[in-house]
Amino acid sequence: MTKQQANWSPYDNNGGTCVAIAGANYCVIAADTRMSTGYSILTRDYSKICKLADKSVMASSGFQADVRALQKVLAARHLIYQHQHNKQMSCPAMAQLLSNTLYYKRFFPYYAFNVLGGLDNEGKGCVFTYDAVGSYERVGYSSQGSGSTLIMPFLDNQLKSPSPLLLPAKDAVTPLSEPEAIDLVKTCFASATERDIYTGDKLEIVVLNAAGIRSEYMELRKD
Amino acid sequence: MGTSKNSAYAYQIVGGWDRLASLNTWGYPYVTGTSVIGIKYKDGILMTADMGGSYGSTLRYKSVERMKPVGKHSLLGASGEISDFQEILSYLDELILYDNMWDDGNSLGPKEVHNYLTRVMYNRRNKFNPLWNSLVLGGIKNGQKYLGTVNMIGVHFEDNHVATGFGNHLARPILRDEWHENLSFEEGVKLLEKCMRVLLYRDRSAVNKLQIAKITEEGVTLSKPYALKTFWQFSAFQNPTVGAEGSW
Repeated sequence: MTKQQANWSPYDNNGGTCVAIAGANYCVIAADTRMSTGYSILTRDYSKICKLADKSVMASSGFQADVRALQKVLAARHLIYQHQHNKQMSCPAMAQLLSNTLYYKRFFPYYAFNVLGGLDNEGKGCVFTYDAVGSYERVGYSSQGSGSTLIMPFLDNQLKSPSPLLLPAKDAVTPLSEPEAIDLVKTCFASATERDIYTGDKLEIVVLNAAGIRSEYMELRKD
Repeated sequence: MGTSKNSAYAYQIVGGWDRLASLNTWGYPYVTGTSVIGIKYKDGILMTADMGGSYGSTLRYKSVERMKPVGKHSLLGASGEISDFQEILSYLDELILYDNMWDDGNSLGPKEVHNYLTRVMYNRRNKFNPLWNSLVLGGIKNGQKYLGTVNMIGVHFEDNHVATGFGNHLARPILRDEWHENLSFEEGVKLLEKCMRVLLYRDRSAVNKLQIAKITEEGVTLSKPYALKTFWQFSAFQNPTVGAEGSW
């Protein structure tokens, strides 16, 4: 009797793209709202962005069921943290927690591609970018998901981050103003939507700054 | 770990209740139902499914009710393995029972039931022993309409119209074009029948015996089974071989 092969996969790719850009005193986190499977669109209005703490916002693409489970685990852990420390988690603290949570399932990973954006303890914008098993670094900007290969080179061209190897360390945050950064994000998604079939429908932008948190939306091509 | 569960020796390795559960971890369904479609309309949710239970390519059962009320505020429709649907109904029975036993005037709404189902489906997927279903959960509570779906690997979302299986390919495009807010009951039924007719023509596992269910603030109404009118007198079918030299 030949070895049984699985007839089903525990994973699926529900597509989508996420971007985050860190500024001197703000952070922009954005993701499209399309959810797909294979060549079908499941829904045009699904948010990939999750506010984990006052100053931490995570955008995740990949396998939606894993993304949702990850969001719930982090939200639960944050609640416990608040009970134990009587304060919100800082963005760098949440960054470490996310990394540890992902690596915990190193041998049956969360198929989630994350960017974490927020404000650090000094109020400066911070962006952390991850792979599916928790490898992460702090950067000035990043994109993940199906359209990341289209967006990342464009961001590299426009934002030209200094090398992390430089001494003394140079600031990775962009000198762009908040409205300029938002416009850049809109341009990224409009372009990615043209060529990536899994990106489109609507763009959700979340902006974190000293005044608080706000959301903006932009229509994208629906084909 | 993964492959050993698929073998006959699995029951020796795994202990406790898992022993029985993994006996059916062959990874494919036996008796299945095809598409379920759900839409929001003015007074609540309309849902439809045919009554077929296929055993591979054989139409084994022709009176399977694939939609059932859940508690006071929800309606569950399922496609995929029928026995797994029956097990889910059993889980939901227990959930609703415990909810009622609190006797606190509160009752689980469709959003809560959908969340529960999502967690059940995802957790079974995590154990490599999925419930082989795609579920549609619709309902209305305190005027708030809700319509969601979840499948065997835990992928879930809510929308104004949802469908499972072939319905995603054939019915959703029709719904995207013709669904709008505040459909009347008659308009909703007509729209669903249009979708089911297309599925009947094009889905080989569809059968011409369907039910339409509606859930409103008043409760669930499940229609009697009925058949759709079909039309086969297209000229291309009248003499299909007329252009084929040598055919008959």
